[in-house]
Amino acid sequence: MVTPNVDFAKEIAAAGGAEVKMCFQCGTCTASCPSGRQTSYRVRKLMRQAQLGLKEQIFEGEDLWDCTTCYACEERCPRTVPIVDIIITLRNMAVAEGHMFENHKKTAQSLYAIGHTVSINDKVKEQRKALGLSAEPPTVIANPEAMAQLKKVLAAAGFEKIVE
Amino acid sequence: MAKYAFFLGCIAPLRYPGIEKSTRVVCENLGIELVDLTDASCCPAPGVIRAFSRKAWLAAAARNLALAEKMELDIVTICNGCFGSLFDAAHELNHNPELLAEVNAILAEIGMEYKGTTKVRHFAEVLYNEVGVEKLKESIKKPLDYKVATFYGCHFLKPSKYKAIDDPEDAHVLDDLVEATGAQSMPRRQKMMCCGAGGGVRSALGDVAMKLTKQNLENMVEGGAEYIVDICPFCHLQFDTGEGELGFSLPVLHLSQLYGIAMGMDAKELGLEAHKVPVTL
Repeated sequence: MVTPNVDFAKEIAAAGGAEVKMCFQCGTCTASCPSGRQTSYRVRKLMRQAQLGLKEQIFEGEDLWDCTTCYACEERCPRTVPIVDIIITLRNMAVAEGHMFENHKKTAQSLYAIGHTVSINDKVKEQRKALGLSAEPPTVIANPEAMAQLKKVLAAAGFEKIVE
Repeated sequence: MAKYAFFLGCIAPLRYPGIEKSTRVVCENLGIELVDLTDASCCPAPGVIRAFSRKAWLAAAARNLALAEKMELDIVTICNGCFGSLFDAAHELNHNPELLAEVNAILAEIGMEYKGTTKVRHFAEVLYNEVGVEKLKESIKKPLDYKVATFYGCHFLKPSKYKAIDDPEDAHVLDDLVEATGAQSMPRRQKMMCCGAGGGVRSALGDVAMKLTKQNLENMVEGGAEYIVDICPFCHLQFDTGEGELGFSLPVLHLSQLYGIAMGMDAKELGLEAHKVPVTL
């Protein structure tokens, strides 16, 4: 037996996941999911948990993070539920409560530090120069002033809490 | 002459610079002018950064879009992740005035504004829709005889309800582009399946990502493919770095590199030494 958590279901709706109520549990999503074929992740189950506001089940374990955002489920959903958007909403809520993988935190920190999600190194600088490209790409990486602006934008959107 | 703001992203310029180089050469050969979108950042990544904070993702994407607006140019990307993020962010901002106001309040802090005038394009779709297969065929100097597994990735076509580039269940755009070089697109099972890397799965749950990659590679080999041609540096990275461990050796080429080869660029110019799976031309 599960006890629905109506308050949390309302929080999900308010955060942008309201359309999860459209799901009538047909399972087309689960049948279409390449990640679910390899793991215990079941899209239909996650949508049901969201409808019922089952916070602990949604946030615990890895299922919420097994989605590759490939949209196969959403493309086939007969109720046109924006499934990936709902998953993103649930992940935002999980992260806000401190549920975050260490490697994901590192990716976020990289964006906040250098404006890219992968680092630059001497090897790639040499490869770029050999190809006749600038050693550093002409992005925020090459312009500290532009990087400071990006940081300001991210900070204003509350990103500091995520990279802490 | 068509002219675009060239959005580099992260993986191409910082891991496979040959993709950036090939794109520049191929576009020049086709009369497409690429102007660097100077001071741009990560798109930011739709699977990871958007999953952490939709607001931060939107704000940083809007900054990139606003930079292109200042140049009065549409954006061209060479990566499905960048295309997905920038296209989806623009779509959300253009259809939600409240969200737009919120994001512009953030951009105002650095003296910028997103107005919604710039369009987001993908290199593959620009080749198909703006250059066209017939003109592309004329640009080929060295017809190729490769047997290719075309790899569409996910965010190029989906969500299809507002991208409307091709049928996400049975696409042909990339196959047509590949076959215009003389190469043959080989059929396979589960052709439209994800590479496994997206959504932060590669970085946090790498073994799950690899299971999807393996399934794709088995299907490709079963279908008779000898090369993989992708349109996304992240799929490219996932296959190129994963194949060794999984016991496969199909060379991985970005569409720009395939066209580079067919237009007569040599291995050195294509930056193939950055590839883990050796590519013989």
